[in-house]
Amino acid sequence: MMLDTVARATSTPELNQPWRELGLKEDEYQRIREILGRRPTSSELAMYSVMWSEHCSYKSSKVHLRQFGEKAPKSDALLVGIGENAGVVDVGQGYAVTFKVESHNHPSFIEPYQGAATGVGGIVRDILTMGARPIAILDPLRFGPADAADTKRVLPGVIAGIGGYGNCIGVPTVGGEVIFDDSYSGNPLVNALCVGVMKHEDIKLAKASGAGNLVVLFGAKTGGDGIGGVSVLASETFDDKKATKRPAVQVGDPFTEKVLIECSLEIFKEDLVVGIQDLGGAGLSCATSELASAGTGGMHVELDRVPLRDANLSPEEILMSESQERMCAVVPPEKVERFMELCKKWDVVATVIGQVTSGKHLEITWHGELIVDVPPRTVAHDGPVYNRPFTRPSWQGELVANGAENLPRPRSESALADAILTLISSPNISDKSWITSQYDKYVQGNTIAAGPCDAAVIRIDESTFLGVAVATDCNGRFCKLDPYEGTQLALAESFRNVAVTGAKPLAITNCLNFGSPEDAGVMWQFAESVRALADGALEMGLPVTGGNVSFYNQTGAVAILPTPVIGVLGVIDDVRKAIPYKFSGVKELILLGETFEEFSGGEWAHLQGHLGGLPPRVDLKREMILAQFMHAQRDFISAAHDLSDGGLAVALIEMLLHSQMGAKISIHGDPFTQLFSESTGRILLAVNPEDSNYLVGKATDAGITTTRLGESGGENLEISGVLSMSMLHIREANQGTIPALFTA
Amino acid sequence: MRVGVVTFPGTLDDHDAARAVRFAGGEALSLWHGDSDLQGVAGVILPGGFSYGDYLRCGAIARFSPIMSAIIPAAEKGLPVLGICNGFQVLCESHLLPGALTRNSELHFLCRDQEIEIVNNESAWTSDFSNGERIIIPLKNGEGSFQCDDRTLNELESNNRVIARYVGLNPNGSRNSIAGITNARGNVVGVMPHPEHAVDPLTGPTADGLAFFTSLMKTRI
Repeated sequence: MMLDTVARATSTPELNQPWRELGLKEDEYQRIREILGRRPTSSELAMYSVMWSEHCSYKSSKVHLRQFGEKAPKSDALLVGIGENAGVVDVGQGYAVTFKVESHNHPSFIEPYQGAATGVGGIVRDILTMGARPIAILDPLRFGPADAADTKRVLPGVIAGIGGYGNCIGVPTVGGEVIFDDSYSGNPLVNALCVGVMKHEDIKLAKASGAGNLVVLFGAKTGGDGIGGVSVLASETFDDKKATKRPAVQVGDPFTEKVLIECSLEIFKEDLVVGIQDLGGAGLSCATSELASAGTGGMHVELDRVPLRDANLSPEEILMSESQERMCAVVPPEKVERFMELCKKWDVVATVIGQVTSGKHLEITWHGELIVDVPPRTVAHDGPVYNRPFTRPSWQGELVANGAENLPRPRSESALADAILTLISSPNISDKSWITSQYDKYVQGNTIAAGPCDAAVIRIDESTFLGVAVATDCNGRFCKLDPYEGTQLALAESFRNVAVTGAKPLAITNCLNFGSPEDAGVMWQFAESVRALADGALEMGLPVTGGNVSFYNQTGAVAILPTPVIGVLGVIDDVRKAIPYKFSGVKELILLGETFEEFSGGEWAHLQGHLGGLPPRVDLKREMILAQFMHAQRDFISAAHDLSDGGLAVALIEMLLHSQMGAKISIHGDPFTQLFSESTGRILLAVNPEDSNYLVGKATDAGITTTRLGESGGENLEISGVLSMSMLHIREANQGTIPALFTA
Repeated sequence: MRVGVVTFPGTLDDHDAARAVRFAGGEALSLWHGDSDLQGVAGVILPGGFSYGDYLRCGAIARFSPIMSAIIPAAEKGLPVLGICNGFQVLCESHLLPGALTRNSELHFLCRDQEIEIVNNESAWTSDFSNGERIIIPLKNGEGSFQCDDRTLNELESNNRVIARYVGLNPNGSRNSIAGITNARGNVVGVMPHPEHAVDPLTGPTADGLAFFTSLMKTRI
């Protein structure tokens, strides 16, 4: 096939180009022609097609996401905001923490192991690119019904992929969620969050500035995997004679990533780069155009210098390849020698592929011939923007009118006991150790708390005991019933998960998983969700530091539950004071917060096969009061657990199981409501009996409702008038479900 | 006392091993896989991880590194060497210890707090325990099942060369529930669970693992 140079493009304006096959719309293709004043070369077309894909350009979500900037609260903590690879916040003592969550949903459905593994690898490189050492991974996961045949294919592969990659790069996997729902059949959600830490002065940006500085590609060689992963399977459109369709799912090599991490951190430590970008979605197309666009604009790249795993790759394929474990750095010429020495020390392949120029264009040559000549901003930032129509779906009214509050409730002692056992042995609530025990939570030696704790707590300084707490959350059913309230409920829960450790919540990230943006009802869910998060962040005074949007999670006309996964990061001045999740000895059990008749969208209703009504009311101000209380009183609290899915019944049993303890509880008021309601803004505390009067007094002063539930002790759980059962029996019910479903 | 902690490409628990040495009162010195100078250290730790990506077989490539070419003869002359997890695998591949570590019987990675019993407190790395002492330290690996032929197993058992066994359910199918072994001289020890992750109850399940490192501090070399 003849090389499609800029000269050839100019002389053959009428040549038919496979823009449609590359996922571009006709008007988008025409816009590229307008920008360039000619038809694009095939390489340019490849770059625009991947960079203007929904995944890279956020073309459907941009108009909504602007609210995160427009409504941003004033925050002294924010050091780097939205737009860079990941946001960065100040946690004190000269430390900065970066965190971000990304989706790898579609690849994980096609190829669960590699899809999940490269999802972890990608987010870890995003964090590394900011100059940070990755210190923790959390994985919010959603699957179809636990007993569905396809879930048995997808889940074990995803778990093994996360473990296989995360365990091998030496970053502890410390939390996340595993949730089952019909709507995720065929559309599992594999989100991955990574946290990194650095000193303020070590923050790096993705920017190519300074004419004469060199562009260095380092890490793995480029292969044919993941070509067009962000847009379409596209390899054969360039050359019909090629027989093979290359896989759109990338293949990961965690060992290469591990040495890349150590090598990059040594390079950063010696201050050898002026800008850096990882190669993820859209590969070199993304890295070169974003680096150039964020700098002064000019960059010259000799594409034939890129080291290849497959010598037959065409320039278009090299530009689109999503081969993993690659980074692109901008290095001053006088520092290149040292840069190369460090790469050699770690056996990392590094190649100078170009340099920053004083021009305004990104120029790419192939054996001396010009094949790309574009203003980089038009590729990286000036993609199409869609104002997609959005309307409240016609079925929404009927859905919310049918509340779970009207369902027949268990009343008798035995019916209530049965309902509790059913709840704690259900796939969503049951013990997930079979999954979490496949993750290394100990590596790096700084893990203070990990799942099933409400939030992961990680030490970041061994001498001062400074640390962070991180949690992710989302109840998609609440979001379906009311995307605005549901999103704020996810924010509230994630915030509360951090607050129960005694940490001060500091910043928000998100991964917005939705159906097709071309469906006006889905777009309404999305618009409501973004509006809710921006409003909520403003009310709580927390910056949204970044995020990720994943659309098209649907099969045919059926979309997934709207699933805006919200991550909250908090700071703990001394991790030794973090409030644990379990306790020992005799404690008084106290409930903070008010309980209402709120069952719609909750776990009990879900088990009745019911979804309808309005989700619990959310009050972010109350959540902030609770957080302040937890922080101020942390020295008087032996253990704390947030109430969420399954209400008090589940929170109580989880805390007792992990503490290996029974309890005697008395319930005031309607036992079903007290035990099963999922009212928000509630926390279960275990307190030394001699401190309980003091603590209840302090809570009352703060305007927090308290309920004294009873005392821990013995080997049975006794709830007066409801249940008297051995903890051993409860443990068996809680722990048997997942291994029975997924052990081969 | 200066203790060397080796870093291969792909080593993960080197910082943790160094921290454990410091907690035990020693000084940790980093040893790079590409060097062959042991810098006069009084003992060496081969930490956990995935040396060279564990391609081919766990520990198989690390065995041929320059640092191992220095460690192997020194160990044969009595230098105390502790291999943890991947380090245990490297010791087996280097023939400093017999047997091999194979895929866990459940066929997936397993991370959990594991009870083990110290059954030989005469090695360089277990002298600070008492025989029969039960401790809880993290186990985290995918290929931790200790296997050897019957003759080797007999030799290990009859010469008191098993230093620790798993208590309760065998987590990975290891023969005779073996969690760790030593060489005939008692200076080289391989252990599958991770004592370096149990030196501080703040970050580990217990501080039970610390005695592996304090043992060395009390060893007369």
